[in-house]
Amino acid sequence: MKFVSHTLIAAAALLGAHAHAQVTVKDAWVRATVPQQKATGAFMRLDAAKDTRLVSASSPVTPVVEVHEMAMQDSVMRMRQIPALDVPAGKIVELKPGGYHVMLLDLKQQVKEGDTVPLTLVFEGKDGQRESVEVKAPVRALNASAQPAKAAGHGEHKH
Amino acid sequence: MTHTFPSTRRTLLLAAGAGAALTLAGCDRILPASFNGVDITGASYAQDFRLTDVEGRERTLADFKGKAVMMFFGFTQCPDVCPTALVRAAEIKRLLGTDGERLQVIFVTVDPERDLPVVLKAYTQAFDPSFIGLYGDLQKTAETAKAFKVFYKKVPTGSSYTMDHSAFSYVFDPKGKIRLVLRHEQSAQECAQDLRQILGTASA
Repeated sequence: MKFVSHTLIAAAALLGAHAHAQVTVKDAWVRATVPQQKATGAFMRLDAAKDTRLVSASSPVTPVVEVHEMAMQDSVMRMRQIPALDVPAGKIVELKPGGYHVMLLDLKQQVKEGDTVPLTLVFEGKDGQRESVEVKAPVRALNASAQPAKAAGHGEHKH
Repeated sequence: MTHTFPSTRRTLLLAAGAGAALTLAGCDRILPASFNGVDITGASYAQDFRLTDVEGRERTLADFKGKAVMMFFGFTQCPDVCPTALVRAAEIKRLLGTDGERLQVIFVTVDPERDLPVVLKAYTQAFDPSFIGLYGDLQKTAETAKAFKVFYKKVPTGSSYTMDHSAFSYVFDPKGKIRLVLRHEQSAQECAQDLRQILGTASA
């Protein structure tokens, strides 16, 4: 997987190109793992000023990060990688249990409650311009419920 | 389904129920029940299992006699449905209060290749220390799933794989009879109502 290097290049190319992010990431969190559990999900809310798409994600905690969609069909849970997630302008797109998530695979170490997982999300606008947004997602307990973070829990979005 | 029983008993029970919508249980007979889940009482599938626990012991349904058993099939790398189902199971147990001690939650992995006992143990106990994880080899896992009409399938994703799987919870009564299928969409409150009936502690 080459997400990390791609993202670094994209991020470098973008330095100075955009003074302000077009996409705001709110309430990001990662579900904790137990030792030797190799995968988990990251959840968040995306708010874009212009139509855009989440095209990739990366994290220093693993080389394998994918954008997934979960769907229940006839009570069977199916999880699939999707090539991109549309984020229409002005419409908050939620990544939450029961829908979309950023999947962290092949974890090298346990992700513990209270830790912070850096994520780089790469968005591509209609003009093909890429923008990457850095997020520091707090790790919530493995048994954290599906509810979004408290209303006061905004401000996890960092540059 | 119709059940017959002495009319005096019915009268007494109805009186005790004071017109409540919930059916009273707690006697030897299976009373006409109104469950939020899918009533599969008398079904010919989901009868029993023979799997291994995280300490290496072979477990069957008989080991849990006297308790209601709620069984869920999943895998620990599931970021979404499985934790949600187990969070709900813990909430159901909490809602049952002291009767929650008569509920045994069992998580059966459909991914025994990755869900090693050490992972299964830590994972299930993260939701509630009383929850147990069971596993089998690939063949036993397949046989168990078939016996429960559980669907699962390994699906490649990038360099790894994920599992499609049924998201039902199966409920056995304290006598070891299969009674209910709880759907993933049902709330903890709805499930707890059903469990109270299964445990014979439904109140008006």
